[in-house]
This record gives sequence, structure tokens and C-alpha cells, in this order.
Amino acid sequence: MQPALKTTSIKQKTTQVLGISLEDARISKSYLSVAFIALLLGGLLGLLQGLNRAGVLQLPPWLNYYQVLTAHGILLVVVLSAFFTIGYFYAGLSHTLGGLLPKVRKMAWIGFWMKIFGFVLVVIPILRNEASVMYTFYPPMAASPMFYFGLVFIVLGVWMLSFGAFTQVANWRRNHKGEHLPILAFFATGVFVLLVGATAFVAVEVIFMIIPWTLGWVDGINVLLARTLFWAFGHTAVNIWYLTAVSAWYVVVPKIIGGTRWNDLLTRMVVIPLVIMNITGGFHHQIIDPGISESIKYMHVFMSLAIGFPSLMTAYAMFRVFERTARAKGGKGLVGWYKKMPWGDVRFLAPFIAMVAFIPAGAGGIVQSTNQLDQVVHNTMWVVGHFHLTLGMSVVMTFFGISYWLVPYLSKRVLTPAMNRLGVIQTVIWTIGMVIMAISMHIVGLFGSPRRTSFTTYGDFAEKLGWNPYMALVGIGATLLLLAVILQVYAVFNLMFFAPKGTTEFPIAEEEAGAEKTPYWTERWGIWVVLMLLVVSMAYVLPIVDMILNAPPGSPPFKTW
Amino acid sequence: MKMHLDEKIWLFLSFGMIMGFMIFTGYQAVALGMGPPSHKETIDPRNVDQTAPFDKPGIKQIGENEYEVVMTLQVFSFTPMEIEVPAGSTVHFTLTSKDVVHGFQVANTNINAMVMPGHIQKISQKFEEPGEYLVLCNEYCGAGHQAMSTKIIVK
Repeated sequence: MQPALKTTSIKQKTTQVLGISLEDARISKSYLSVAFIALLLGGLLGLLQGLNRAGVLQLPPWLNYYQVLTAHGILLVVVLSAFFTIGYFYAGLSHTLGGLLPKVRKMAWIGFWMKIFGFVLVVIPILRNEASVMYTFYPPMAASPMFYFGLVFIVLGVWMLSFGAFTQVANWRRNHKGEHLPILAFFATGVFVLLVGATAFVAVEVIFMIIPWTLGWVDGINVLLARTLFWAFGHTAVNIWYLTAVSAWYVVVPKIIGGTRWNDLLTRMVVIPLVIMNITGGFHHQIIDPGISESIKYMHVFMSLAIGFPSLMTAYAMFRVFERTARAKGGKGLVGWYKKMPWGDVRFLAPFIAMVAFIPAGAGGIVQSTNQLDQVVHNTMWVVGHFHLTLGMSVVMTFFGISYWLVPYLSKRVLTPAMNRLGVIQTVIWTIGMVIMAISMHIVGLFGSPRRTSFTTYGDFAEKLGWNPYMALVGIGATLLLLAVILQVYAVFNLMFFAPKGTTEFPIAEEEAGAEKTPYWTERWGIWVVLMLLVVSMAYVLPIVDMILNAPPGSPPFKTW
Repeated sequence: MKMHLDEKIWLFLSFGMIMGFMIFTGYQAVALGMGPPSHKETIDPRNVDQTAPFDKPGIKQIGENEYEVVMTLQVFSFTPMEIEVPAGSTVHFTLTSKDVVHGFQVANTNINAMVMPGHIQKISQKFEEPGEYLVLCNEYCGAGHQAMSTKIIVK
């Protein structure tokens, strides 16, 4: 036991002093490259949509609006976010747990190629207009079977990576009995537990319901059940990307501003409920569905709103850390301390704006998860505005902020002042574009304009209902966003291959001096997983049994595009 | 673990806000009968045209100022297409889909419901103001989704 412990802790120290090993860096660099190529393509498609809905661009029949929208959703919600999350956390695991184990590295590569293979299978039918079914692929719309086989490979890849992460964490814990998992690895564990939990639902939907049905082995599908399984995955997925961003807020940002981390116990107590209560949040996407009773829907309002609580804890923690740090640097006054923050540092500025965006984004989320308010905005542009705030600002801007130190850390290069300035400009353009777009989407959604609908005037109703000026603003926002995307992608690849050589640290904030020791119960992952399963069963067993027992005759597949 | 007083206050307010949302939502849903459309009847999605009441879609007066509309949704239309009611009438919609998932939304009202094959959905609305109301499908349903709309005329 003792020698093993020694070698790992020596390895841990060498990794921290010498930087990441080439092999571990190659894994994260590959994931980040895919993520940012997906951003470029997804952003370009986003511009096409924005211009179409603004009424200034007609898309050709061989690349129609719904194809573009399906690809945009998958590239950004599934590829960019997942590849970034994995690249970032694998680098974090390597850095904080003493380098990846050889078998974990192998699992990371197998997972990588499974995911890439899956995406190729998904993209081919989309390009051939055989899968214009959106990122949600609600049956009984049926895409080409190849699309669903692709999804299966993506999920298998995610599982491979999750088990890789668990192997790494378990190995560390075996060698560090009684110690707390380093905080970034703690976040990573939560994220990978959720990834397995969430994708399990969509795997059941795709493997046991959709594939046999598109292959013609069964002739009907339970539409409501499929939707329910999808949303147990779909909403959790976006919350996982959010939890990834939150990890940087707690662990990285305090270091960048020259401060210390928020209370360790409270930080872990934010991660734990986000893991336990997350999956059940998905039901609020079905508040106005038939076939689910009002009492079940009411229970789910509670389950969705409960996730708001840890986020409100985070809001407090972040601003407290900022104020504490700024005051330690001589900041004065009730609000005057803000002048001491490093506003010109993109590694701070981007995640800071991301956090601020989460204030309206989170508030909008609480509004939307309540029954009657949801009915007003369900499936309108409001919802699109909401997830461009949450994902497009809170999550993605944090990812951008991370990229300005993570990429040079991996490539053993440095962020030059010039590149930092470019990053600040990029952050400002992105913020302006997203704010214009998200605000107009929220407003036009309240007026009733539907989401996922290509340009249409509805006779003269669009004009009469006052939608058109807002749609024009969406187009303007999308144009600015593409400009920011190009700058961001340029920055990432420059930092990966061309920036000056040097050492960049992996910024992990220390605990406050004299901080109390965190009790060990936070590390009982077995209990957290059991609690998660209990909450999931509480939420889903009753409605799913009802959906199966009282199911209507199944629906045949339709291709309506 | 020591917590600052202001953090305790903040968390107390946060908890209170979430509970407030719960209580208001529950009060509106239960006491005021404003719960979301959640009808639980099912239907064979392949035999909608042969199943009552959808064998005779249309509008029917069922009381003073009260109408029932039986409607099917299919790519990319609503049946019946044109609905006309006097101002001040309450309209009860009974809806189902003959193919994929559709949405039933009437702009400038609180009508918003998912309409799914195999399920019958119900939603009611009182139309006070005279005018033309846009009815649209708000769930992507295929190539002609953007054309799937009609109107309700309130006289």
C-alpha cells in the first residue's frame, strides 16, 4: 500500500510541476479541436437560420431550414458541449490526480473514436435530408435507421469515457484512503455520474423503442413514453454542461482573480444535490402534454424548481468570492470594490459575463418550469431565447474563458497580451450578439412566435402581431455571433499550434487560510448515487407505468419532410 | 461549518421564493382550475376518422355562449379550418393528431397544448375581444410546418 501511495503522490507532484504529459495533452487537445470545429460549423448554420427567420435569406431545397436546424442543434448541444466537457475534465483529472492511467487513456481514445463514428452516422442522413427530425427526434417522425445507430455509438462512447473517469477516480481513492477527492475531480465525478444516468434513458428509448420500430420489427411506438425518456436525457444533458461551467466558476475563476476558493464543504454541497435531483427536471418539458395527470405535473414542478436552490447558493458564493478578493486587494465602498477585478483578463471577463447572464437565465428557467407560465411560452421563441442565455452565454462563454488558459496549458504555450486582447474583443462581440438575440427571442416569444419554424408571414399575422422587427434583430444578433465564433476558433487553434512556447498553469484556487476541514461524508458517492436513483424512481416509476399500462395503440413511422 | 448571516438570509429568501412559486402554481392549478392541459383519454391513431367524436370534426353550440370544437391536426392543416364564434363565448377544444406530434397555439390567448397521436387533448378558452386570432402549430411537424396555421374569427 505504502509504496503505491508514494509513487502516485510523486507522480501527482511531477505532473503539477512539469505540466501535463504529452499523451494526456493529446487526448484533451483532440476533444477540444472537435469541439471548436463543431462551434464553427454550428455557428455558421446558426447564421443561416437567423437570416432566414429575419426574412432576408431563402435556403435552397438541398439545404433546407429544418436540416440546418437539426444540424445546428446537434453540433452545438451534443458535439461542442460534450467534447469540450470531456476534454476539460480529462485534463483536470490528469492534472489533479497525477496523470491518466494507461488504461484510462486507452478508454479515452476508444470513446473518442466511438463518438466520432457515431457522429458520422448521424450526419450522413442529415445531409441527405433523411433525418430532419431535430435534436429531439420525437417519434412518430422517423429518420433513417442510420441516424439512430449513430446515436447509439455516441452513447456508448460517452459510457466508455465515464467509466474511464470512474476508473481514474477509484484508483486515486484506493491510494488516498481518507482523503477528499480534489475539488475539480469531485465535479468531474458528478458530471460523469450524470452523463451515465441521463444517457441511460435515451439509450432505452433508441435501442428498445425506436430502432426495432424503424427497422419494421414492431409496427407501433408509444409516442408519449418515447418523449418522456428523451427529456429525462435532454434536460439533464444541458444541466451537465452547466455543471461543467459551474466547476470553473468555483475552482478556476477565484485563482485567476488572485483569490481563494469558496468554502469547500458548501461547494461540494452544491454538486451533490445537482447530481441527485437533476434527472427529474426533464418532465417540465411536458407540462402541456396530454396523458400525464395534473398531480404528476405538479410534483414535477417541485422537482424542477428544487434544482434552482443550489444555483442560488452558487450566485451568493461567486459574488462573495469576488468581493472578498477585491477587498483584500484594497477595494473599498459598498460596490466600489468591483474596480479591483481584472476586467481586462479574458480568462476572468468571459466567465464573469457568463455568471451574470445566469441571473436572467435562471430566473427565466424558474418561470418556465411552473405550470401556467409555461403554458404561455411553451414552444415559442421565448424558450429559444432562454437556452441561448443558459447555454449560449452561461455555459459557452465559460468554456471560451477556459479555452484561453486550457489550450496553452495543453500545448505548452502562452497566452500573449495580444491574444488576450483579441479574447476580450471576442467576448464583447459575443455578449452584444447574444444579448440582442436572446432579448428579442424572449419578447417575440411572449407575443406568440413559435420556435422551430422557418420564415413565414402567416398571411399578414406576423406583421400584425408585431413579430417582424424582433426577427430582424435575431438576424443581426446571429451575424455578430458568427463574427465572434470566427475569432474564438482562430484563438483556439492559434493557441494550440502557433502561440509562443512557454508554461501556462492549470489555475486551481486554494482553500482560504485556516479553513475548516470538510467532513468526510461528502465523499460517499455510493450514497449519492443511491439517492439519485431513489429520486429518479420517485419521479418516473408512477408516470411511466401509467404510460405503459394505459398506452394507446402504437403509432407507425412517418417521414413528413 | 460557519455561515455568514447574510448568506443565511439569502438562502432563506431563495428557499422562500421557490416555495412561493410552488404555492402560487398549486393555488392556481387546484383552487382556480387553471392547471395545464392534461387530458388522459386515448384513441387509436390509425383510425381517427372512424372514431367518435373525430368522425365528425366541426363546431357545435352546446350552451348559451358555449361551443365545442372537435378538431383533428394533420400535416399541415387543422380540420375544421375556419372557426367563427360570437364575442364572449367560451370554446372547448377537443383535439387529436392523425400523424405526428403537433402543437395547438392561439396567439394572444393562453391556448397552448401539445397534440399527440394516440392521445386526446382538451383545452378551453373564453374569447372576449372580437377580432381574428391566429391559430398555429408550434411543434415542428415536417417540411410544411411553417404553413400549418388557420384563424378563429370572433364577431
